[in-house]
Amino acid sequence: MPKFGKKSNTSQDIPTAALPDIIFMLLFFFMVTTVLRETDIMVKQKLPKAAQLTKLERKSLVSYIYIGEPKQSSLFGKEPKIQVNDVFVEVNEIVQFVNQEKDKLNEAERDQITMSMKVDVDSKMGIVSDVQQELREANARKILYSSIQTSSNI
Amino acid sequence: MARKNRPTAEIPNGSMADIAFLLLIFFLVTTTIANDKGIAMLLPPKPDPNQPPPEVTKNDRNIFKILANSQDRLLVEDEPLEDVSSLREMVKTFILNFGNPGEEGVQIYNSLPGSMKSYVSSYGRRIDYSDDPTEAVVSFKADRGTSYDLYVQVLDQVNAAYNEVYGERVGISANEFLQLDKDDPVQERKYFAARDGIPRAISIAEPNKIAN
Repeated sequence: MPKFGKKSNTSQDIPTAALPDIIFMLLFFFMVTTVLRETDIMVKQKLPKAAQLTKLERKSLVSYIYIGEPKQSSLFGKEPKIQVNDVFVEVNEIVQFVNQEKDKLNEAERDQITMSMKVDVDSKMGIVSDVQQELREANARKILYSSIQTSSNI
Repeated sequence: MARKNRPTAEIPNGSMADIAFLLLIFFLVTTTIANDKGIAMLLPPKPDPNQPPPEVTKNDRNIFKILANSQDRLLVEDEPLEDVSSLREMVKTFILNFGNPGEEGVQIYNSLPGSMKSYVSSYGRRIDYSDDPTEAVVSFKADRGTSYDLYVQVLDQVNAAYNEVYGERVGISANEFLQLDKDDPVQERKYFAARDGIPRAISIAEPNKIAN
């Protein structure tokens, strides 16, 4: 059958000249999306497990508060401490921190600021509720108890 | 005097792709596309110092009380409870009780699908539970010594009960309800249809100042 036996004249090489460009494009994508962790977490972080989780909708509106036992317990003791932006803070400094975070946002979005609470499972509610009282004071009322998704039991 | 045999001034670019690959793999490995998930909550507004704290005018039966002490023991509706996971069913029965529904309550009851109506008639109508979903409030009070783990578990159970109710109203599961995308008009309508009339009334009481 001549129709099938005919040899094609088209070259069968895939042009590789543009390969570096394609790779560079991928490279730039990952370079841009990579967030090299900006803060060094100095407290233990074993997050609780829960099933009914919601996703954060807008990352730019989120600030993080870390609570847990300090990793360097010889330096800072074993009591759970609050960490924001690389430093340990006391409970009464939270309002100031929230206001700083709010200043970074547009005026229209300031009320929508969401505080993501990354609290170690071994912490007690005392320190958490102290932080919550301060957040109420600072009018940052949307909070999120950051947790790990469990295989849902429903 | 121009010299001859000058070496070529070109940079060899044959291995350019390899170098780029190496960098690409580095960034692929270090990237953490952060997906932060958690239990969302809205704190109450800060109390006005000029106003006395509002008095609780709700009927006692409309409040589902959960207490946790510093030994991580639960007291639910004045009875000790060992198993946290049984809370979900209790809260669900409490919300969908329709003990003495008001006008809005009757409307909500009529809008429910058949499966939920039969749920109400087989488990609901208790005099010591809520009048109707618009009135029902779940109150949770933790001690300062309660572990955060238990706190999250209780909140998870209460939220699960609400999500199950919402989901069932529009014929989907609790997980599907959670994944509704509010940017999509069809799903958004479903979301609001599910939430309509049944507020997610979870009240977190301030813990006592002194641990007991």
